[in-house]
Amino acid sequence: MSRIPGDLVATPGQTIGPFYGYALPYDGDATLVPPGHPDAIRLHGRVLDGAGNPVPDALIEIWQADPAGRVVREPGSLHRDGFTFTGWGRCGTDNTGHYSFTTLRPGPTAPGAAAYVAVTVFARGLLNRLFTRAYLPAEESVLAGDPLLSSVDPDRRGTLVAAADEHGFAFDIRLQGEDETVFLTYPRH
Amino acid sequence: MTDNRASSDAAASTQAEVSEEIQQIAKAYERDAAPERDGEETQPRLDYPPYRSSVLRHPTKDPHHADPEGIELWAPAFGHQDVDPLEADLTIQHRGEPVGERMVVTGRVLDGDGRPVRHQLVEIWQANAGGRYIHKRDQHPAAIDPNFTGVGRCLTDADGTYSFTTIKPGPYPWKNHRNAWRPAHIHFSLFGTEFTQRMVTQMYFPGDPLFALDPIYQAITDQRARDRLVATYDHDVTRPEWSTGYRWDIVLTGAHHTPREDEVEA
Repeated sequence: MSRIPGDLVATPGQTIGPFYGYALPYDGDATLVPPGHPDAIRLHGRVLDGAGNPVPDALIEIWQADPAGRVVREPGSLHRDGFTFTGWGRCGTDNTGHYSFTTLRPGPTAPGAAAYVAVTVFARGLLNRLFTRAYLPAEESVLAGDPLLSSVDPDRRGTLVAAADEHGFAFDIRLQGEDETVFLTYPRH
Repeated sequence: MTDNRASSDAAASTQAEVSEEIQQIAKAYERDAAPERDGEETQPRLDYPPYRSSVLRHPTKDPHHADPEGIELWAPAFGHQDVDPLEADLTIQHRGEPVGERMVVTGRVLDGDGRPVRHQLVEIWQANAGGRYIHKRDQHPAAIDPNFTGVGRCLTDADGTYSFTTIKPGPYPWKNHRNAWRPAHIHFSLFGTEFTQRMVTQMYFPGDPLFALDPIYQAITDQRARDRLVATYDHDVTRPEWSTGYRWDIVLTGAHHTPREDEVEA
């Protein structure tokens, strides 16, 4: 808690519950660009619980800059036109706890900064949303210069960095346990 | 799967056992928390064993403090191509009138500084009047209403106001423990002016007799914080010969940048 005096008190969050599946997902939610787009990459991974089992009822949202590192201000995420990159997407996990976005590689939002995708995690059993970042793999000097990564215990830093794979990047989210993902809180939370 | 095993173990608990766990946590909170506002827990606990599904799904390490930067200082934009105004009326999505008490719920979305969150997306979903969701995982043997899906969207206006016309949802049973029932609620999904303000929550109705028994609602340990999820009946929102009215304002966490030109205008 780091509220500023005079702040209004925030309304509490609650779990997304088990029944969001017919309400929040929508056609095209996870395809920020069409799969055939020449620069399309996949950002995917699994959501796992404290026993290492998949979480089949989680919802992941991503929010990212475009490849030039620009913050996109375009509406249209809910009805994608196939041409406008909005930078935002949503994906429910499947029966194996897997989520998968088709998107573009985000650029760094400042010169020399490490590029990342902002991630929000919701799930049945999770009483409030979680925030984290999926950094793209980069040279050690770039990652080491990042203010957030350099402030994280080196043993846990790797949970914030996606792994390159054939079509893009893999980023698993572990809600609990030994290799629990680093989740973030921000000032005024 | 472990999660299922956890819930079937949980199914053996009685309401009395779960209520006792809830009361023990509440007593410990009242004993330890400072009475003034700074000691108030304003958000639900993530580690709340009376809600059985949370046991393996809560982080055990403290969240890491991050200064928002880059993309985190912005929120996705939604516009009229995203949301049809008719989506704010959940009672007109089918050929006939849905069963139940027609109601309007309206309020304002504000940020932590009291500024309205303008032209931003609000999504809701809920059970029907009998406490049944359309979702295939809901096997509660109450009637599905062919005239009610229970999903709505709208954009806030220039004053941060949202408004939905819907049917008052019923309470429904769930399998957290034996004879577990959720208080009636509407799920809300909200965006602010920056990523850090994203939230999903549930709105409840005043005086629900199930409040004390519900581990999801009680995971918010402070009564003042719990009260912030309860709408107010407002006769000025009630429309003659048509619908009852409820008012519920939502405050997101504070933003980290000064409002931009496009947020101030409108």
